[in-house]
This record gives sequence, structure tokens and C-alpha cells, in this order.
Amino acid sequence: MSLEIKVGLASCGLAAGARDVYTAIENYLHKEKIAADLKKTACIGMCFAEPIVEISSEKFAPIIYGRITPEEVPELIEKFLTGTPNTAKAIIAKDCEAEENDTYNSQTRIVLRNCGKIDPVSIDDYLKVDGYKALEKSLKNMNRTEIIDEIKESGLRGRGGAGFPTGLKWQFAYNENNKKKYIICNADEGDPGAFMDRSVLEGDPHSIIEGMIIGAYAIGADEGYIYCRAEYPMAIKHLRIAIEAAEEKNLLGENIHGTEFNFELHIKEGAGAFVCGEETALMASIEGERGMPRIRPPFPAQSGLWGKPTNINNVETFANIAWIILNGAASYAKYGTEKSKGTKVFALAGMIRNSGLIEVPMGMPIRDVIYKVGGGMKTERPFKAVQMGGPSGGCIPAKLLDTTIDYDSITKTGAIMGSGGMVVMDTSTCMVDIARFFLNFTQNESCGKCTFCRVGTKRMLEILTKITEGKGEMEDLEKLETLSKNIIKGSLCGLGQTAPNPVLTTLKYFRDEYVAHIVDKKCVAGVCKPLIKYEVIEDKCIGCTACARKCPTKAISGKVKEIHLIDQDACIKCGICFDVCKFDAISKS
Amino acid sequence: MTNIQKEINYVIDKFIGKKGILIPLLQEIQDIERYLSKETMSFVAKRTGIKLAEIYGVATFYSMFRLKPQGEHIIRICKGTACHVSNANSIMDSLRNNLTFANSDEDTTTDGKFTLMEVACLGCCSLAPVIMVDEDTFGKLTSESIAKILKKYD
Ligand SMILES: Cc1cc2nc3c(=O)[nH]c(=O)nc-3n(C[C@H](O)[C@H](O)[C@H](O)COP(=O)(O)O)c2cc1C
Ligand code: FES
Repeated sequence: MSLEIKVGLASCGLAAGARDVYTAIENYLHKEKIAADLKKTACIGMCFAEPIVEISSEKFAPIIYGRITPEEVPELIEKFLTGTPNTAKAIIAKDCEAEENDTYNSQTRIVLRNCGKIDPVSIDDYLKVDGYKALEKSLKNMNRTEIIDEIKESGLRGRGGAGFPTGLKWQFAYNENNKKKYIICNADEGDPGAFMDRSVLEGDPHSIIEGMIIGAYAIGADEGYIYCRAEYPMAIKHLRIAIEAAEEKNLLGENIHGTEFNFELHIKEGAGAFVCGEETALMASIEGERGMPRIRPPFPAQSGLWGKPTNINNVETFANIAWIILNGAASYAKYGTEKSKGTKVFALAGMIRNSGLIEVPMGMPIRDVIYKVGGGMKTERPFKAVQMGGPSGGCIPAKLLDTTIDYDSITKTGAIMGSGGMVVMDTSTCMVDIARFFLNFTQNESCGKCTFCRVGTKRMLEILTKITEGKGEMEDLEKLETLSKNIIKGSLCGLGQTAPNPVLTTLKYFRDEYVAHIVDKKCVAGVCKPLIKYEVIEDKCIGCTACARKCPTKAISGKVKEIHLIDQDACIKCGICFDVCKFDAISKS
Repeated sequence: MTNIQKEINYVIDKFIGKKGILIPLLQEIQDIERYLSKETMSFVAKRTGIKLAEIYGVATFYSMFRLKPQGEHIIRICKGTACHVSNANSIMDSLRNNLTFANSDEDTTTDGKFTLMEVACLGCCSLAPVIMVDEDTFGKLTSESIAKILKKYD
């Protein structure tokens, strides 16, 4: 019987110990002389269940197992071979019950079609799943305007955040009469809490490259760049290997598929600046300068990289292209809503049970994304808000959970669709602290060009810090609102124009919390350290000394079997005592 | 000429004359010394004809460039949204408590073994809170697991 085993070895898998599992399988197969095809794949999106192992054979449909330890490997393989697969740890399976069958089946996978299924660094694997067929079709059977029309008809909108129609953007670049044009893939993924692009870059680099080649052909570019953030070493490595393989097969280079079309593709590593995700700043950075946004117009389509017409799209946008060309615009437009077509990948993180990557049709209510696909909350604590759009977005509260996922509905809430990061928060998150967190981020990342963005965000951050320290005044709230308005008006690029969003949405939906911090000097979530106090509950303390031993500042005194005491002056409010006490004898107020 | 200068010269020769070189050039040079010293930046300016002010501007703009000598291992602590709501602050506290620094503003340990660096998101948000030591990522951390991880690098 021929056995095939795949292990997910993307960043998330490796961090969860997948390398050891892979080695254990390798050793076991060798020791038992079992002939099996052992393969490396990337992330299937179920990061919460890493390390993940898939086993299949001619006789049995694949079973995907989750949370596998090296010790469990022999039994797993043996039982599969003897025809009685162990299903206790199955997370996805066709022929039997498995923990996540429902959550997986409620997804529609276009962008993630190959992620976690193929070996990302094997071009042959990609070719086997119809890889580069769309390129062949484009070059041999379609002319350039037909390709652009197909993309226009599909209704695909840019997945980098703003949602600009991709076909139209390509048309603008096509219209420019210039011998030299560039095409760029924005793989800077700066939104903290989002990792969609990383997974696709690591898990299916060829789909992005194919999308770029088709785009380049359509607009008339002969050179391209993938600008990838340096925090993603595996993504960069996989891209390098993929580009080399494509060059060898003459899918990149000169006279591709025997046509007149030439295309050369480079990788540029980012150097750590959020603002470089903004398209004009990104181009400045490729040119070797500080990444400061430039005034538009002229738009990149007219004058972009080195002053030449340039088209820039996000990773996920490009990953859709080959599928649309192969399956047709109508098949794509079948999914989604009237104005937001197709599917969208979301990165679920925070206090959600199934944290990982999902892909669903546009138009699904947020409630279903969190409770059906995402498996609901991770702990007993109730849902409080979901943050969408990162530093440019906002917090959507429980009462708006029925909002559907499409560009326009999300914008109405005050948040934005953004690139697809969804950080789920429960009652242990303080909304004032979150607003402060994002302002701290944008303040740090403001490139400093526009005064309102540079100084205004600093003033907002100071006010928010004051409030979280219990020193706020009611008029601070008005000041925040005025500053917000002015920063939005007075900033050149999207960074400043959207920086106040996290504050405005929390002020709109969680004003009570701000007031509680200011008037009652209380942080209900128990996050803002100056406002909380840890004390020993005398009735419950049995004097086990666990807290005193763990306290990093030795602020807890007390002998064995005697009631302990916290020295409030020495306490740094780290909360370790609260976490380690098995008798609930520490109170937090 | 010292060995380091030779290596730097080699890198410069590779890039010189091409367009948009400053960032990748500085990245490769930083790999040699593990940071960009004043002398190195002046040297690059002299050899390439790029103004020192421009080099310094780029080096201070991007968080990847380091202007101070670094520890043997770099620990990146994720301060992204998912990690923040999963109590990343306590991971930072725990790291600082487990290591010795000359004072609370220092990022490099007194023995020169580790340098702490805050970053916004390592892309493993589903395993929050996350840190990365050199190229290895560690997830689902608790204050207790930190000591164990540090031991691996002893
Ligand atoms: C501050 C800022 C950061 C951005 N970061 C990213 C990013 O990390 N990735 C991305 O694809 N787009 C980012 N964008 C959007 C880009 O400017 C641009 O709109 C996008 O890459 C276009 O691709 P699309 O049409 O495929 O969405 C950012 C915009 C701003 C203002
Ligand atoms: S928020 Fe920490 S890894 Fe993304």
C-alpha cells in the first residue's frame, strides 16, 4: 500500500514543534522499513491545532491530524496501515467524524486553494494542480485587453486594504504609453495581528508569481518587484526558490512561452517600517530612500517607481488572478455581494478558539465568521469586540455582530475591511488601553512628514496615557475628537488619515469605559495597572507560599501556613500571584 | 586594512553602480558587524559618494538598522495586537526579570549575550504571545516558559 504523509512546516507549525514531529516520522518509517512518501507542506490555516500531519493512501481518503507529538507518531502510522485509523485526533477527514469538519467545510478556498496541500518549494507540485495553466492561457489564447476585461468582470477589488477595483487599476497602467513599466507586489503586511500574506507567501509562492506575470503581460511591464518584510524569513526563502524554478522553466525571463513577452522578477526585503506598506512610500524604499509617502497625483500608474508607470497590488490580490483566468470571471463573481465579489481571507487571532487562517465568501455575517468558522470564544469570558483593519481600523462591538463582511458595511461601522486581520477581544481587554496601544503604534510609525500626523498623534497618545493612569478629565474626550478630525484632514497618506479610527470607534461604542476611567478611576477589564490593586483574601489564603515564591519583586511576605500580605509599594502589578494562586485567594480590583 | 574593512569593501564592490542600492547595501554590511558603527557609515559614504546625512537618515528611519553593538542572540518580542491582548507585557517583564541589564534603559544584557528588541507582529499571531530568538519562533508563551527557552541558549 502506498502511503503519503504530509507535515505542515510553515512558521506556525515550526513554532509549535512540527520539526520534531517530522523527524520522528522520518525515523519511524526508516526503522520499520515502511515505503512512504513523506512530504513537507505549509499552513492549512488551522494554526491552533499545530503540529498538523496528514496521512492518506490509495485505500483511505486523507485524514488530517492535529496537535501531534513525536511520541504519538508510531501508533498513528501503524493504525492507519492496519486499516483502523485512530480518529481521536483527526481534525479534518472525509470518511469519518473529525473535530473541525464543519468549520473547514464552511469555507470557500480560492486564494488558499493550495496552502497546506502542496509542497510550496516544488514547482512540479504546483504544476500538478494546474499551476501556470492560466499563464499559458493568457499568453496563447487571450489578448491583453481581454485579460483586463476578465479581471474587471470578476469584480475583484484590491485586498491590500482600500478595495480599489483591480481591473480598473490595470487598465490605467495599460493606458500609459511608455516602453518601461513596472509591476509590484506589496508583501509588506504591516498590520500587527494579520498574517494572511505570510501564509500564502510561505505556502503557495507560485500562485503569487503567476498572478504577477499575467498582470505584467496585461499592462505591458517587463520588470517586477516583490517587496517583502524582513520579519518573514521563510517567505523570502520560498519566494527565492520559486523564482529560480520558474526561471529554469522559462516561465520568467525572455520570450516566455515562445512569445515576445519578457519579464524579470526581483525580491526586495523591507527594513522595518510600517509606512512602507503605503504604495508611494514603498516605491521610495525600493529606490533606496527613506520610506516617505509622496503626493498623489501623479498616481503610480502614471509615475511610480523611478518615475515610470507602475502597478502595485497586494499578495492576496495576485493570488486570485490565476484562478479567475482559469475558471472565468463569472465563477468568481458568483461568490460575494453586489459590490464585494469573491472570497476574502481572514486571520483570526486573539481570544478566539480556532485562531488561524480562513477564507469565506464576502457577505458572511461577522457572527458566523467568529462563532461558526472560528469556533467561538477561547475562554468562558464573553465576546467584547473584534478589531478589524489594524491601526487604520476600529473595534466592532457585540451589538454589530450581524454586520456582513463587505467593504461598504464594514466601513459604515467606523472600522475598515483592511487587509483581513481580525483580533477578537473578550472582557479581559480594556478598550481605552487598546486605543492607546494603536496610537502608540501609529505614533512610532509616523514617518514625520506631516505635522498633524507627527505631533497630533503624540498629543492623542499623551491624553490616552493620562486616562489609563486615572488622571484624565472629561474635556479630554472632546480634545481627542477635535484632534482626530484635524489629523484626518491634515495628513498626506493613509497612515495619518486613518490613525484616529481606533480612538473614534472605541469612543463611539465604548464611551462608558472612558468615563469609568476618568470619573470612577476604574478599569473594568483590570488592565490599566495604575488603576488596579492586588490583595490577599484572608479567608481563602492557606499560606502555601506559591505566590511569594513567584513574585518577581518579593513584594509578598508570609510564612508557611500563615496568611500572606502584599506590600503595595513594592507591587508592580504583574498579576503573577493572581495567576498562580490555586485557591482564588488573590483579589484584583 | 582590517578584515572587516575588506569584507565591507567586497560588499560595496558588489553593489556599486546599480540603482536603489542603499538599503540592501546597509543590510549586508550590518550582517558583518551586526550593527552600523559611525566609522562604517562614514566609510560607506566615502566609497559610494552617497552623502553621510542620507546614509544616517536611512539607518535611523528603518527599525532594522541598529546603531549600537548587539548581543550574541537577538530576542524579538512581539508587541502586535494579538500578542498585546494575550498579555505580551508579562512576557517582556519576565524576560527582563530573567536577564541582567546594567540599567532599565539598556536592551543588551551585561554579559553581551542577548539583546531585546520589540517588534510589531511576527506573523504567528495564532500562537500569541510570541517571541523570536534569532530565527526561531516560540509561541503560546507563559511567564514560566521563558526561563526554559533562555536555557537553550546557555
Ligand atoms: C500606512 C499604510 C500601510 C499600508 N500597508 C499595506 C500592506 O502592508 N500591504 C498591502 O498590500 N497594502 C498596504 N497598504 C495599501 C497600499 O498603499 C496599496 O493601496 C495596496 O498595496 C494596493 O494593492 P491592492 O489594490 O491590491 O489592494 C497600506 C496603506 C497605508 C496608507
Ligand atoms: S501579533 Fe504577535 S505575532 Fe502577530
